[in-house]
Amino acid sequence: MREVAIIGVSMIKFGRYPDRDFSQLAAQAGLEALKDAGAEMKQVEALYSGNLYATSGSGQRILQQMGQTGIPVVNVANACATGSTAFREAYFAIASGAYDVVMAVGSEQMGKQGLLGSRGDPATSLEGRVGSYMMPAVFGMAGMEHMRAYGTQQEHFALASVKNHFHSTQNPLAQYQKESPLDEVLSGRMIAYPNTLLMCCPTGDGAAAAVLCSMEKARQFTTQPIKIAASVLTSDPFSDRDLTLPDINTLTRNAAKIAYEQAGLGPKDLSQVELHDCFATAELLHYENLGLCGDGEAGKHVASGAPWVGNKIPTKYAEDVAPFVDKTYKPTTTAVVNASGGLLSKGHPLGATGVANIAEIVFHLRGQAGGRQVEGSKVGLAHVIGLCSACTIHIVTK
Amino acid sequence: MAENAAAPEVRPLVPHLTLGATRDQDYLSGSKCTKCKAVYVGPRMFCGRCSGAGPFEAIRLSDTGEVYVWSIIHQATPYVKAPYAVAIVDLPEGVAVNTNIEGIEPDPKNLKFGMKVKMFTEKVSEDREGNSYIAYKFRPV
Repeated sequence: MREVAIIGVSMIKFGRYPDRDFSQLAAQAGLEALKDAGAEMKQVEALYSGNLYATSGSGQRILQQMGQTGIPVVNVANACATGSTAFREAYFAIASGAYDVVMAVGSEQMGKQGLLGSRGDPATSLEGRVGSYMMPAVFGMAGMEHMRAYGTQQEHFALASVKNHFHSTQNPLAQYQKESPLDEVLSGRMIAYPNTLLMCCPTGDGAAAAVLCSMEKARQFTTQPIKIAASVLTSDPFSDRDLTLPDINTLTRNAAKIAYEQAGLGPKDLSQVELHDCFATAELLHYENLGLCGDGEAGKHVASGAPWVGNKIPTKYAEDVAPFVDKTYKPTTTAVVNASGGLLSKGHPLGATGVANIAEIVFHLRGQAGGRQVEGSKVGLAHVIGLCSACTIHIVTK
Repeated sequence: MAENAAAPEVRPLVPHLTLGATRDQDYLSGSKCTKCKAVYVGPRMFCGRCSGAGPFEAIRLSDTGEVYVWSIIHQATPYVKAPYAVAIVDLPEGVAVNTNIEGIEPDPKNLKFGMKVKMFTEKVSEDREGNSYIAYKFRPV
């Protein structure tokens, strides 16, 4: 297997684009990534397209916008891990020696269907009659499992929302760039306990792209190739609860273990992490799943300031956070989490998310992240999980 | 079309609910892999744990269990009245089911981890052909 480099990335501002087609969003991201790489469409040897709602032919439709060069197209659907799975296929295409330059593009146009879209026939739907299968309920209950095991409070989860919305104010590509102090998060409209509205990511439209190249040829394009040090995909192993409560933890733990081994790095070596905070509850669970803190310590970790840009609680929030600070807790990693604002603010156009998380890390490694820049970032981890269930982890380094 | 329509049926909303002659005879059904002893809610053809094709022994699941985790849903699908309480209920057979919790006001103070609950069934919907659908729910013991 050859070393693989990222030579170009792009993410369009996530939001609502009712007047545009997903393929136009994706083509914009793709062409910007090519420009970023200093490459041209005719140099791209294969396209890996992640899109969940327009699965069949999504990549071909993107090429109709971006340049119909006749190259192989692979269309990928893998729940919320769709974009990152497309990226991983692109990685293998280079690593195996099959191609020298390929593109991964993730895109989605969700519109405003929100949480309630396509719930089937009202007569036979289970939703609300035999429990709830909507994502806010699933991740609400995943958070409740942590509360049950460790006595975590709703406020601990809410702090992840405060942090990510604070980070988002410096990210012009985020769908929302609005701060939300703790009392605003907690007093917001309840969606599914313990997640209030500001603890749920928005739906939206967006696209992101990456151009990948063999490391040996990367310097023909750029002086700053970014190395892919680990690329991992897992699915959920058998659980005694028979998927009644989707297990978002074990497959992330399995993926993290393999990723750290592949990269020869550990949580202490990470400058930053973009993890799958589809709900505020999920962010805390993944601190532990990714080894950023010990089991049961996630609430203390977010309150310690470690995962905030600058590794400290901003002065204006110090009073709000003070009741949750454990002075005996010493963080073992200074990895900043979701400097982008996370899915909670950046948005989560399903197929685009996995590529966008990687693009965000690349911006930081190159020192191009503006006001949210993680100073001296050298190693980043991008994590995505999709239910039923797929987890990807990529570790990328300077 | 109307003259050929079959007589309306009473149907379980989920395949793991077995209907009896009356609602108090309804029960949750499961299947046990005779090879590796894994227990599943509802019928199975193949075993996700041992990759075997069974055979599976049909088992009757208990109608009492304990709340593992719960949530209160405020943003509901249009045909359901919100807020309402939901839970994952662990059954003594080692499996768990998704369910609504009724018989309490949907407020965090009324739900406890490990709370003992008992199953009941009721009609929850009817389709255009007049078939009725029966769902199971749980309420505190």
